Amino acid sequence: MAQPFLKKDDDHDDEVDYSPFLGIEKGAVLQEARVFNDPQLDPRRCSQVITKLLYLLNQGETFTKVEATEVFFAVTKLFQSRDLGLRRMVYVIIKELSPSADEVIIVTSSLMKDMTSKTDMYRANAIRVLCQITDGTLLTQIERYLKQAIVDKNPVVASAALVSGIHLLQTNPEIVKRWSNEVQEAVQSRAALVQFHALALLHQIRQNDRLAVNKLVSSLTRGSVRSPLAQCLLIRYTSQVIRESASNTQTGDRPFYDFLEGCLRHKAEMVIFEAARAITELNGVTSRELTSAITVLQLFLSSTKPVLRFAAVRTLNKVAMTHPIAVTNCNIDMESLISDQNRSIATLAITTLLKTGNESSVDRLMKQITTFMSDIADEFKIVVIEAIRSLCLKFPLKHRSLMSFLSNILREEGGFEYKKAIVDSIVILIRDIPEAKESGLLHLCEFIEDCEFTYLSTQILHFLGIEGPKTSDPSKYIRYIYNRVHLENATVRAGAVSTLAKFGAMVDSLKPRIFVLLRRCLFDTDDEVRDRATLYLNTLGADGAVEDMKEFLFGSLDIPLVNFERSLKNYEPSEESFDINSVPKEVKIQALAEKKAPGKKPTGLGGPPPAPPSTIDAYEKLLSSIPEFANFGKLFKSSAPVELTEAETEYAVNVVKHIFDGHVVFQYNCTNTIPEQLLENVTVIVDASEAEEFAEVASKPLRSLPYDSPGQTFVAFEKPEGVPAVGKFSNMLRFIVKEVDPSTGEAEDDGVEDEYQLEELEVVAADYMLKVGVSNFRNAWESMGPDCERVDEYDLGPRENLAEAVNAVINLLGMQPCEGTEVVPSNSRSHTCLLSGVYIGNVKVLVRLQFGIDGPKDVAMKLAVRSEDEAVSDAIHEIVASG
Amino acid sequence: NSCPAVKNILILDSEGKRVAVKYYSDEWPTNSAKLAFEKSLFGRTLKSNARTEAEITIFDSNIVIYKFVQDLHFFITGGDDENELLLATVLQGLFDAIALRLRNTIDKREALENLDVIFLCIDEVVDQGMILETDANAIAGKVAIQNMDASATLSEQTISQALASAREHLTKTLLK
Repeated sequence: MAQPFLKKDDDHDDEVDYSPFLGIEKGAVLQEARVFNDPQLDPRRCSQVITKLLYLLNQGETFTKVEATEVFFAVTKLFQSRDLGLRRMVYVIIKELSPSADEVIIVTSSLMKDMTSKTDMYRANAIRVLCQITDGTLLTQIERYLKQAIVDKNPVVASAALVSGIHLLQTNPEIVKRWSNEVQEAVQSRAALVQFHALALLHQIRQNDRLAVNKLVSSLTRGSVRSPLAQCLLIRYTSQVIRESASNTQTGDRPFYDFLEGCLRHKAEMVIFEAARAITELNGVTSRELTSAITVLQLFLSSTKPVLRFAAVRTLNKVAMTHPIAVTNCNIDMESLISDQNRSIATLAITTLLKTGNESSVDRLMKQITTFMSDIADEFKIVVIEAIRSLCLKFPLKHRSLMSFLSNILREEGGFEYKKAIVDSIVILIRDIPEAKESGLLHLCEFIEDCEFTYLSTQILHFLGIEGPKTSDPSKYIRYIYNRVHLENATVRAGAVSTLAKFGAMVDSLKPRIFVLLRRCLFDTDDEVRDRATLYLNTLGADGAVEDMKEFLFGSLDIPLVNFERSLKNYEPSEESFDINSVPKEVKIQALAEKKAPGKKPTGLGGPPPAPPSTIDAYEKLLSSIPEFANFGKLFKSSAPVELTEAETEYAVNVVKHIFDGHVVFQYNCTNTIPEQLLENVTVIVDASEAEEFAEVASKPLRSLPYDSPGQTFVAFEKPEGVPAVGKFSNMLRFIVKEVDPSTGEAEDDGVEDEYQLEELEVVAADYMLKVGVSNFRNAWESMGPDCERVDEYDLGPRENLAEAVNAVINLLGMQPCEGTEVVPSNSRSHTCLLSGVYIGNVKVLVRLQFGIDGPKDVAMKLAVRSEDEAVSDAIHEIVASG
Repeated sequence: NSCPAVKNILILDSEGKRVAVKYYSDEWPTNSAKLAFEKSLFGRTLKSNARTEAEITIFDSNIVIYKFVQDLHFFITGGDDENELLLATVLQGLFDAIALRLRNTIDKREALENLDVIFLCIDEVVDQGMILETDANAIAGKVAIQNMDASATLSEQTISQALASAREHLTKTLLK
């Protein structure tokens, strides 16, 4: 009798594990996809196969290029079916397959047909698909339909067009900007989501026009916005307007504050929260303005929804940093959140309490936290540690109890990030609170006695080497450091040796003892440790310049390690010794990213968008593959493409200027946008009469330029070696044009010679400047010295704002902004920007720009240049003076 | 950019395996980066009770809102300065739309059986990171599958197609 029951249980287990995709295989599904080619399509079957393909892609399966192309072509056949369900799946899979440009052409006409269909669903989806897979060239052809769709009666169609517009604005801003009338109309739509999408797009189109944004905000804040989402957007735009106009009003009344406060009474929680957050983030918000926002946030704290509690406590936590008093009203609610099930909420609550508490409550809270620490995840512990760090800086008198808390948790179990946060905090406290220094250093010493993280051990040893010698009794640290030499792995041992050497260099009385210890290290089993010991014994033992030795021990390496590593790998042992100055200082971020994503290129879902290859590498490869240019030497710089044609002309041409020491190569990238034409033997005839120092030496024509498949033609010039020659070039595109029959795609045999005027092109001084950053500008500036410094002042005339002026000068010089100084805080009246670069001939150049706004909009600039060559310093001034 | 953006939508099973996922941000460039994110997020949230109300956490400097039902785990990720309630609304919209389409039996088996519906729902909620629709009825309505294009007449269907769909309709009703 038991048997059937057991059987039933088995069945049930099977059922639980059952999946329609069990044992699914890529090869088999690709075979199945052949049904797409059947003359009699079975929509249901086809939908199932598409679902399987989507499933595979979704699971991270990748298709080879050939497989993806094959599937794509098969899928295009399905446009013949009129089954709505199937068509929907076709749209989805086309997006997932992310077809290449030449494949897109195959579906373009089908999608364009759907775009003008009577069926709303077709129109909406065809727009989304086409806009996602198309490039700029096609856009001009469908622009008319998109504009219509924006004001379509069907909200789904309108939203599809608007959202597509938002995406296209990133790549083809000039086209999308032409739609603003239609978008403006859509903002008035009665459909909630259409209004949201239209508002988002309209704002993005106008975001650089402060006046227009201002007008948009003032008209909408008076009117009625229908969807909560749109209302949230409006709140964001309003606070932006407030931010930008704040400095102009002296009266104290903030424009639009009433609107934000009114939103606190909106029926959607999303909007209430957005408004409350916006108020708390106002520049220089007053306690009076904060009151009502904090009241609604306080209500959220006791909500049953975790998301609401979280949002509220997180915002209050931020407010507590600047206005702790304003948040104290919520303390009781916060206390109860310490035991919240959701540990993120609990952590935020307790750290808020730490910020709002006064000095006397610190000890009580610390006690509470101690019980609390053991049962939260590392990530939240880090938040707590950061709160304690700022508490300690706020109440330096409490450093003893806070430091001992930190050292206690340092001894407990924990992951790397957590331990690192604690160590970082102790380091900061040591730096900022002199009284905490000695005890802090000893805590760190004790920690490395039993530390499982090599990285932290070496960091602490390094820090000890800098701070330890400056303490009242440096000798007490030696024991801890030397213990490492006995007990640790080679990396830490090597670090310890360096630290010992630093003590030896700084503290004369310890020098003899350090020598004894370092000599013992000469017998270490590890090469690095022995080498370091030998090196330091020699450096410390030499009677030479003390300053040199200190620079050697304490100075920093100002080249990126990656480049250093690569140069060392490329170095072949020879008579010539390795020259550290030959290491490039520019970091190739792209190359790194590529390393992280090795192997085959995945397609569709689960795959990354194809990363552009590191451009300079790609150019270098391209140019060296052309025999005519192979002997030009090392490529110094390639410019960004410069457009030589207006948008939407028959032929699109842009040019990249490749600068070599004694040559310049123009790479003309041409695109033929006329389907009925095939161009052959394409060349650019360059007139260099306004570029006296240049002489044409070679030209490489493009044999054939079919419709919509870009190709390149090159022209090379000789110029005086190492000289930043400038000049103007006029360009004429010359080619043989052949008619193409659009239905067959075949070209006629006979062609006609034709010409097409392109815009002029200039080689300017900035083309000879390489963007190369420095890690520490001030050090680099000081070490360059004032010998070749050139300083002058310039009047830049009226400018939109400071940021615009700063950008203009950076672009003019083509140099690398350092230390984030290219960012100008909004509303600032003056700004300093630091630039660095390498000028042709490998001359390092540093620039310090000081901007100030004179009067209403007039920008003045002081330009200081330092370089290794005064001629170059002068040249930089020349660039600015003539720009 | 002040426009709300969704970085990904994940539907995982009770072991953390993918049922359906969609990424809109290149923050996770490779499949292994995505899998690693899913794995650690799943581990982190596994023990929480996100069944009655959606739960929330900060994870790798992103806001993640999640909700569990039966053996399915739904996640939505946004930037760390995103409006939490707004993201929660998107997740709820997707969740409710799927519930509508699957007639309230949401579990892994049902989801896999109707994976096309799940993909379509996700496609209707977010377009390349931009919120497209949050109203569950509207989403479900758009995903509802009508059989034929209105402009196609019956005569254009072949006899075999008509028979096939009739047979299918019959099996469906019998199986109910």
